[in-house]
Amino acid sequence: MSLWRTIATRIGYGVLLLLAVLVLNFTLISVAPGDIADSIAGDMGGADAEVMDEIRARYGLDQPFFVQLWRYMSGVFTLDLGYSYFFNTPVTELVLERLPATLLLVFSSQIIAIALGTLLGVMAAKNPTGIVNVVVSFLALFGFAAPVFWTGILLIIAFVSVFPIFPVGGMQDVTVEGGFFIKALDVLYHLILPMITLSSIYLALYSRLARASMQEVLGADYVRTARAKGVPERSVLYKHALKNALGPVITVAGLQFASVISGAVVVETVFSWPGLGTLALQSILARDTPTIMGILFYSSLVVIAFNILTDIVLRLVDPRIKAG
Amino acid sequence: MSMTDPLLSVEDIVVDFQTRAGKARVLDHVSLEVESGEILGIVGESGCGKSMTALSIMGLVPDPPGRVTSGSIRLDGVELVGMDHERLRRIRGKDIGMIFQEPMSSLNPVFTVGEQIAESVRLHENASPRAAMDRAIAMLRAVEIPEAELRARAYPHQLSGGMRQRVMIAIALACRPRVLIADEPTTALDTTVQAQIFDLLQDLQSDMGTAIILITHDMGAIAELADTVAVMYAGRVVEKGTVETVLSSPQHPYTQGLITCVPHLEPDPPAERSELMEIPGVVPALTDLGRGCAFAPRCRATIDRCGVEKPALLPSEDAHLTACWVAQGGAQR
Ligand SMILES: Nc1ncnc2c1ncn2[C@@H]1O[C@H](COP(=O)(O)OP(=O)(O)OP(=O)(O)O)[C@@H](O)[C@H]1O
Ligand SMILES: [Mg+2]
Repeated sequence: MSLWRTIATRIGYGVLLLLAVLVLNFTLISVAPGDIADSIAGDMGGADAEVMDEIRARYGLDQPFFVQLWRYMSGVFTLDLGYSYFFNTPVTELVLERLPATLLLVFSSQIIAIALGTLLGVMAAKNPTGIVNVVVSFLALFGFAAPVFWTGILLIIAFVSVFPIFPVGGMQDVTVEGGFFIKALDVLYHLILPMITLSSIYLALYSRLARASMQEVLGADYVRTARAKGVPERSVLYKHALKNALGPVITVAGLQFASVISGAVVVETVFSWPGLGTLALQSILARDTPTIMGILFYSSLVVIAFNILTDIVLRLVDPRIKAG
Repeated sequence: MSMTDPLLSVEDIVVDFQTRAGKARVLDHVSLEVESGEILGIVGESGCGKSMTALSIMGLVPDPPGRVTSGSIRLDGVELVGMDHERLRRIRGKDIGMIFQEPMSSLNPVFTVGEQIAESVRLHENASPRAAMDRAIAMLRAVEIPEAELRARAYPHQLSGGMRQRVMIAIALACRPRVLIADEPTTALDTTVQAQIFDLLQDLQSDMGTAIILITHDMGAIAELADTVAVMYAGRVVEKGTVETVLSSPQHPYTQGLITCVPHLEPDPPAERSELMEIPGVVPALTDLGRGCAFAPRCRATIDRCGVEKPALLPSEDAHLTACWVAQGGAQR
């Protein structure tokens, strides 16, 4: 019951936050020099002031700032995020078409990073002198030191150029024919390298976190109680200790989610993954304000939704966490 | 002495810890025995090895840094030292239950107390989850927790310290173990709750016939509950015998000191009571115990031999055992 209240409160805050983000983004983009008229004029190889004014009037850019903001915000309430000058498509349609690819990349890499990171952390904590411990320390060093784009390029050189195992980029091979299952396998095949790239930083983060958290929990009195009850060692680790150690990992995963999305932008660019990241790059270069705003809106929405999800999972894992 | 083995016998157990300051002999040839239906009290100041004795019986000495170097622990004649992990695991929680010192932190915060009691029943008796939970609720009733069905669904943080310690007792007794080790079961609790817990232990013990090893600082509790008592100092048993003989005629100066700390056991003048407390340094560091008696630096009646040779645990005056040169010399005289 109080769980539902927590969720309702979180959603309320989320909506407020989303509005604030929109206003802030809109303001920032309006004060930035250059607009779509400059971009179109640039493409045409120059245009006179009259034509530029005409373009601005067509897109409402000649109106005062607050009028523009008001128009935009009232559009948002009807889920109309405007029209892309550059792609000649409604923004919502454009963004929703790209969103699944990004979500696939983001969620798969997070699941891999959390699952594998936790497993490595548990194994390292169980045996402080073992090889896994060294692996975790090395991963941490590598993950924090190596920028994602560099990891991505390195993987392309290794597994596309030297050993041609994986495709160089994209999400699908149009020549592949077959049913849903074959197509899904094809997407998975394309997903592997970008997924590994994006999960590498977070794998480092979560494995170190899980190790530290497990080390602490394994010294706890209730772990000794479990052993004294005759609980098998595997169950001591993965049931009694891990359920207590997961809290910090889940919390950090929630906090990191925004940074995962920005990491995805870079990874998508390296692997020409057809998600929001590549769309963002194109629309920024084209000064396509409605599209940029739309991308920011939807990514904020995803981040906020994920944070609510994190809260729910945390509460399910740890009964001590109260509504608030 | 009967010809048959006692229910649980600990013989010459030695436990060493590898510490930064060197090797520490945490238990030095500790021997204890407890019979079915009997309560053995273990007393001694903080750090003298009471909990470690309990952990070595459970096979839970943290290794590393600790290690059971030598000795033998037999339950019904079956050797536990060096027993393979899986067999020992089946004995823990089933034949030997343990209540820990810290009721606040000894329960797992993320499982309901019902689950935590039911788990050992499921593990050791192959009970169905349903039957195990029924037993858990019955155990909660047995330890006198009101509204047991409701409390079974509570998490530890929703219960008071006294309630949690009752839950710990319920966990330890859920499979009706033959031996229960209660390591200072009342330290963290206020005095009325302490009395309730002791009453409860005594009731359960007379109902189930469990042998109890009761570890405590509380000489009063020993006098009231225990049949036999072992006094420990710096990893050794320094005096051992029936409660009557040890409390009425303590031979070791350390035991005498402990007893005078409890006003109603021996109404001595306060000057003598504070004597033991006044000695600085308290229990010596276990890494550099000399050749002699570990208590000698704090003792008020030393002879030359005390500084050079550790006294063995030998019968003194009234057939109870004492490790003190002076007491033994007195007996021979
Ligand atoms: N992990 C460890 N490493 C090194 N020494 C340890 C470790 N655990 C315990 N000891 C030492 O073992 C000795 C006995 O400890 P133990 O916990 O058995 O004392 P105790 O008699 O139960 O004391 P208390 O009344 O405080 O519970 C202490 O001197 C302690 O310093
Ligand atoms: Mg102790």
